Amino acid sequence: MNTMKHILKPIASLVIVLVTFTSCNNTKKSGSNSGALSSNVAEKVFVAPGEHDEFYAFISGGYSGNLTVYGLPSGRMFKEIPVFSQFPTSGYGYSEETKPMLNTSHGFIPWGDSHHPDISQTNGEIDGRFIFINENNTPRIAKIDLQSFETTEIIEVPNSAGNHSSSFVTENTEYVVAGTRFSVPIPQRDMPIKDYKGNFQGALSFISVAPETGDMDIKFQVLMPGFNYDLSHPGRGKSHGWFFFTTYNTEEANTLLEVNASQNDKDFIAAVNWKKIEEYVNNGGGKMMPAEYAHNVYDEHTHTATSTIKKEVRVVNPTDVPGAVFFLPTPKSPHGCDVDPTGEYIVGNGKLSANLTVHSFTKMLDAIENEKFDGEAYGIPILNFEDVLAGTVEQPGLGPLHTEFDDQGNAYTTFFISSEVVKWKVGTWEVIDRKPTYYSVGHLTIPGGNSRKPQGKYMFAMNKITKDRYLPTGPEMEHSAQLYDISGDKMELLLDFPTHGEPHYAAAMRADLIKERSRKIYNLDENNHPYAAKSDAETKVVRDGNEVHIYMTTIRSHFSPDNIEGIKVGDKVFFHVTNLEQDFDVPHGFAVLGQNTSELLIMPGQTKTSVWEPTKVGVWPFYCTDFCSALHQEMQGYIRVSPKNADTPIKWSMGEDIE
Amino acid sequence: MKKSNIIMLIAVILPLGLFLFPLWKITLEAPQYPTPLGMYIHINDFADANPHDIKNINLMNHYVGMKYIPEAIPEFKIFPAGILITSLIGLIIAFKGNYKWFLYWFILMVVLSSAGLYDFYLWEHDYGHNLDPKAIMKFTNPDGTQMGFQPPLFGSKNILNFRAHSYPRLGALFLGLGIATSLIAYLVGRKNSKTTEQ
Repeated sequence: MNTMKHILKPIASLVIVLVTFTSCNNTKKSGSNSGALSSNVAEKVFVAPGEHDEFYAFISGGYSGNLTVYGLPSGRMFKEIPVFSQFPTSGYGYSEETKPMLNTSHGFIPWGDSHHPDISQTNGEIDGRFIFINENNTPRIAKIDLQSFETTEIIEVPNSAGNHSSSFVTENTEYVVAGTRFSVPIPQRDMPIKDYKGNFQGALSFISVAPETGDMDIKFQVLMPGFNYDLSHPGRGKSHGWFFFTTYNTEEANTLLEVNASQNDKDFIAAVNWKKIEEYVNNGGGKMMPAEYAHNVYDEHTHTATSTIKKEVRVVNPTDVPGAVFFLPTPKSPHGCDVDPTGEYIVGNGKLSANLTVHSFTKMLDAIENEKFDGEAYGIPILNFEDVLAGTVEQPGLGPLHTEFDDQGNAYTTFFISSEVVKWKVGTWEVIDRKPTYYSVGHLTIPGGNSRKPQGKYMFAMNKITKDRYLPTGPEMEHSAQLYDISGDKMELLLDFPTHGEPHYAAAMRADLIKERSRKIYNLDENNHPYAAKSDAETKVVRDGNEVHIYMTTIRSHFSPDNIEGIKVGDKVFFHVTNLEQDFDVPHGFAVLGQNTSELLIMPGQTKTSVWEPTKVGVWPFYCTDFCSALHQEMQGYIRVSPKNADTPIKWSMGEDIE
Repeated sequence: MKKSNIIMLIAVILPLGLFLFPLWKITLEAPQYPTPLGMYIHINDFADANPHDIKNINLMNHYVGMKYIPEAIPEFKIFPAGILITSLIGLIIAFKGNYKWFLYWFILMVVLSSAGLYDFYLWEHDYGHNLDPKAIMKFTNPDGTQMGFQPPLFGSKNILNFRAHSYPRLGALFLGLGIATSLIAYLVGRKNSKTTEQ
């Protein structure tokens, strides 16, 4: 999207001016129609103090690498869940327990670019157990547990680059799918860039999700021709078992793509029959190829992540599985690839086209059966455009990007260049309504999207450009989002709210499915952390060479121990801090002067570890960073650091002096 | 078996509900506890109303120097034994005794229950007044005396930022019903015996 933004921003500013004067259905500036906002709009987004929102929205943080949790219709942000980026607020990626979560085959990576969250499903309906999100830059897929709202698993995707057509789930969460945006040499090797064409390949990865535990494993990768695989969505209902990917750069250009990848009149939507490939793989098809990728798993009982480097992955050549992959010609570098709730229609949002192309699944099957092919690309049959076309939404706007659906048979498409959302009827392809966005909208989300049962009521648009929407904050601003009521024939703008980072996609759903299951505390009884101290009696300080392990507890309002001596310059000191609280929303924090990492924020029943390597002799304070209680300011301690050659014995105490 | 003896038998069995249901409940409400803290008092145990409530009550109470609610108190042995012994006596009475004995059992139970309540009051008083001299926060009444934090024996009361409720639960109801039923057994027995005498 970033590249897109650079291409389209200058065009956008020009075109917006033109459209303002030429298009009869374009909109006025927000200021002039604000009087039309009826007073009950405020009531529609007003959630009284202490009341709860009706929907959760999980909005990707883009270059923040994280995922934010919002409430709808209020637009209030509740939490930022660290996923691919270090998060000093909680110690994620800094604590010894969570550092392995950010391990990759390229070593520890402190940052990621998160894009498309998608919630797990059962029978085509959103079940609210897990949410998956992709990292675009160093390809990875993360799973967030929606009981703890914490990242519990991250798997690296080998052979992939620019993990963009991800992370969408099939209708029983059989797979979370990750397609590559950039094609690359597979396996990676030293070769001239100009030899791209015909030599690079694009991997589409099918990551299986274990039904009970949600454990992820790369089941197979389909090695496709060297196009860019931009976005994807699963088939559902009648098309369950298929997966659809938009492509661009079917020209296979390796330089100045803004021109060279925009030459073909049509690119493709790749239709992948994953059930067929799964069967092929289950019968021993495909081959294991050497690879290197990290699989990081967080255990809620040890409160610790482990990272395992895997050494091989199963790859499938699509031409080895006849009838598994087809290309559907789709005009002009399609971006979003969206499937309607019935599973019949596949919308290709041709971002450089003025029209929206909709393919028919039934017609596609018919064309395949009757072998109505229009050539092939690298052995993959190309279907005839007219044979698979269901219809075209004529001239709805400029720069279509993404489409979502409501539960009434309507579709809503975002137009980046003309900065609007257009509502149209699925089946008749007529435009029903259009509303401006502020400005240059990317994705949009309807609660329950990407499922058989959209939950309707609201739609929100996530914009790339903010400009004058809020009080100015210098050159860099948060992006803006707009919430619309879609319960009537016409969309109604309700709310403008800032979002954090650069939201790409978002997943939203009814709150009642999640909120009752949300975890309040971790049970201390179930804490299996090897360095946990589960009572004051279990606290101790143990020296092992130059490593010192402090088994520490916190409870309102003290640390135990809170006086520690016998540490020397050059030691590596591990503070293993267990929060003994068992009450909802009573975290304790831990920070020590000169700590080269971040603080720890420890939830009730949890153990976290911070490493401190003191460089200076002295008596250094540590304290609780979370205002935990009336005696929070008293929640502190001292640790004495002696010279390297001192013989100060290891001693510790709480409530009495060290003698 | 005479009708009054059958009623007496029911009267004796009812208090055994104390082994199934809690006797009393103390609830503490405060704004920052949307789910109030609560403790059930069983005849042989203190129990959390919601997981970890007692631990959290103790944590609150340590600020004002109150003692931790003990894991066990002698009463947890004495009370069940008392109920078992009185039930045994009641059973013998129900099968062998006449209505006058029903009255004696009724009086015995009223006396013992009152003693139990008084004992509970004493414990509460000690718990609410016998404070750690090194308490983090010390509060005094307007007259300068040390403020106590005794929960009410029966009813509701404000204690600092908390509103405390103390009410009998199903176990106490079973005990009360049993005691009342023994009085009915006595009255029915007396009426019957007068009828037979005539």
